[in-house]
Amino acid sequence: MNSILVWLSQPWPWYVAGPIIGLMVPLHLILLNRTFGISSSFRHVCAAIIPNNLDFLKYDWKSETWNLIFAVGILGGAFIAARYLSTDAPIDLSQAAIARMADFGITDLSGQHPKQIFEWSSLGDWRTLLLVVGGGFLVGFGTRYAGGCTSGHAIMGLSHLQLPSFVAVLGFFTGGLLMSWVFLPLLFA
Amino acid sequence: MRNFLALVLGTLFGIILVKAEVLSWFRIQEMFAFQSIHMFGIIGLAVVVGALSVFIIRKMGIKSIEGNVIELKDKAPQYKSAYIGGTIFGLGWAMTGACPGPLYALIGSGTTIMILTVVMGILGVLAYAALRSKLPH
Repeated sequence: MNSILVWLSQPWPWYVAGPIIGLMVPLHLILLNRTFGISSSFRHVCAAIIPNNLDFLKYDWKSETWNLIFAVGILGGAFIAARYLSTDAPIDLSQAAIARMADFGITDLSGQHPKQIFEWSSLGDWRTLLLVVGGGFLVGFGTRYAGGCTSGHAIMGLSHLQLPSFVAVLGFFTGGLLMSWVFLPLLFA
Repeated sequence: MRNFLALVLGTLFGIILVKAEVLSWFRIQEMFAFQSIHMFGIIGLAVVVGALSVFIIRKMGIKSIEGNVIELKDKAPQYKSAYIGGTIFGLGWAMTGACPGPLYALIGSGTTIMILTVVMGILGVLAYAALRSKLPH
């Protein structure tokens, strides 16, 4: 029994996790008859709760309630996994990544997100404020402008051989590489 | 029925995101610095399985569980917005270490400061909605 629990709490290697994530595509299509995509949920919340007179937010968001419920499911599932199906061991990063984090001054590698940055108590640090607040704004603005995120464009769109999705993924990496190689090193210098 | 199934799938996906470590800022930085195969392998294999599934569903004419034809709409052929918007999202992805799915998962797994990130994401959508007619698509 104990060994089963130990086995269950191990993280999955990429070659197990990748195909399982890919199964979200047929599961969405067959069970929900909807395409896989999560960033739309931001738009639905926006349309539902923020009073406005903008055309982009005038649509029948109620018919997409399933997408919001899916998001609530993610919250619950992650809670269960973090509490009952995980260990406290730090993520098994490559040596190169660990060295780079040290260059950034990030030495506490426990948990999923660096505690030195992503904690409420760090909000006084302008870097935390920039990453948490500014980054969130860019994620919301960018996904809607591009028409999808990693799930809707990279996984669903590429699976469906959509050229706009391929272009969007090129954009994801343009922005990501720019941030990773140019701006973050300045931020953590 | 759809809402119930969405809850089940969402829960499953939340567990997967934690187990696969794709909600980790460390893993995202490692990816953009090309220091591990982890994220590339996951996204790559997910696309392979997804593409095979779409191919089989279309080839065999598989219907949804409610017996309806599965609708697969093409993405709007707007390439400027895909690239510029994608780049803006990419900047945010590397900053927060999370795309929208992992943001929800992070909140659920205890990194509750990401609530702020989600709120800002929603305001980002509002800003896009307000500026949309002035932006190139």
